[in-house]
Amino acid sequence: MSGSSSIVAMKKVVQQLRLEAGINRVKVSQAAADLQQFCLEHAQQDPLLCGMATSTNPFRPQKVCSFL
Amino acid sequence: MAAEKAEMDVLKKECDGLRTQIEAARKAVNDGNMTSAAGSATEVGRVQLKLRKSLKGHLAKIYSMHWSSDSRSMISASQDGKLLVWDTHTGNKLVAVPLKSAWVMSVAFAPSGNLVASGGLDNMCTVSNIKAASPKTLRELDAHTGYLSCCRFLSDTEILTASGDTTCCLWDLETGKQKIIFTNHIGDCMSLALSMDENTFVSGACDSLAKLWDLREGTCKQTFSGHTSDINAIQFFPNGNAFVTGSDDCSCKMYDLRSDQEVITYQDGSLNAGVTSVSLSNSGRLVFAGYDDFNCHIWDSLKGEKVGVLSGHDNRVSCTGVPADGMGVCTGSWDSFLKLWN
Repeated sequence: MSGSSSIVAMKKVVQQLRLEAGINRVKVSQAAADLQQFCLEHAQQDPLLCGMATSTNPFRPQKVCSFL
Repeated sequence: MAAEKAEMDVLKKECDGLRTQIEAARKAVNDGNMTSAAGSATEVGRVQLKLRKSLKGHLAKIYSMHWSSDSRSMISASQDGKLLVWDTHTGNKLVAVPLKSAWVMSVAFAPSGNLVASGGLDNMCTVSNIKAASPKTLRELDAHTGYLSCCRFLSDTEILTASGDTTCCLWDLETGKQKIIFTNHIGDCMSLALSMDENTFVSGACDSLAKLWDLREGTCKQTFSGHTSDINAIQFFPNGNAFVTGSDDCSCKMYDLRSDQEVITYQDGSLNAGVTSVSLSNSGRLVFAGYDDFNCHIWDSLKGEKVGVLSGHDNRVSCTGVPADGMGVCTGSWDSFLKLWN
């Protein structure tokens, strides 16, 4: 076992690459379809996409007192 | 010496071989991109959000902001040496936390709302209790050898930090000690984002790479390349299987974890300013990216088109954030203002 620090560092790089090389990869078309699916399924619950009524807008300028 | 050189050569060859193998594996699954898959999705149209509030109070550049999990309180950090906690519904300031060091770069709210964390050029992450009568420093996490660029709480007892010393770190707040140090980046770590299940997190760095880490094992699981300059911002897509990055190369990118690669780039020839911050709307459809050109541009995440812009700041937009309820977007700027839009 070599004690040289650059050898040790290089062995770590190899070990890391082996780890990253070993994963299973899903087809990009599938991944993209799943992302699109998620966006479409949640579109109605996205107020920035759909807009909101003034009465339910929490950041609207407050001019009236609210009834508790 | 000769034996060492020989061993080094063997290792280098193995590295090159593995890199080629990874690229080939990525290419093998690269059977289409987001824009082709999104062909059937309807257009978002022009997204026109209105400025609802301009929060005035800081006296110098704002570097960071973070929403509370209640979607109402928000904390901002400025190099005027203060953290300000705001009630975004009224625009009122709730708490002011004076900082020992004015050179703050990041601020975070704990999910409980009890604690806040901040840090910057002091290389430390200071955790304070803001529910006490006056803000009380709980811990000074001091071990990084470079600036603190980003911090995120997992709970009131654990916090994750990213540093200019190229490492990220998981800290135990009960002992004030480092639990795990995440090393693999070869450039300053600039930003991190926690996954919803808190088992993993992603980091972006000045080595132009984004990395996925196992939070408990401390290992780097995947490395994502593509950017040609520092990655300044990173956020998870709401389904947890992808994340968006913003970079000094003037583009944003979406990477998918399961395909192990970039699936779309958000860039425009007319946009020649670096990206400082990114956040997503609740469905993931809209990407809000803060730029050095004083604007926050809005992108359609599926089609890769610019669909809107938030204009109004008089200097670089340094931070953006969408609260958990998705009801608006907050932008913070070097002009010392925070703006709320929806």
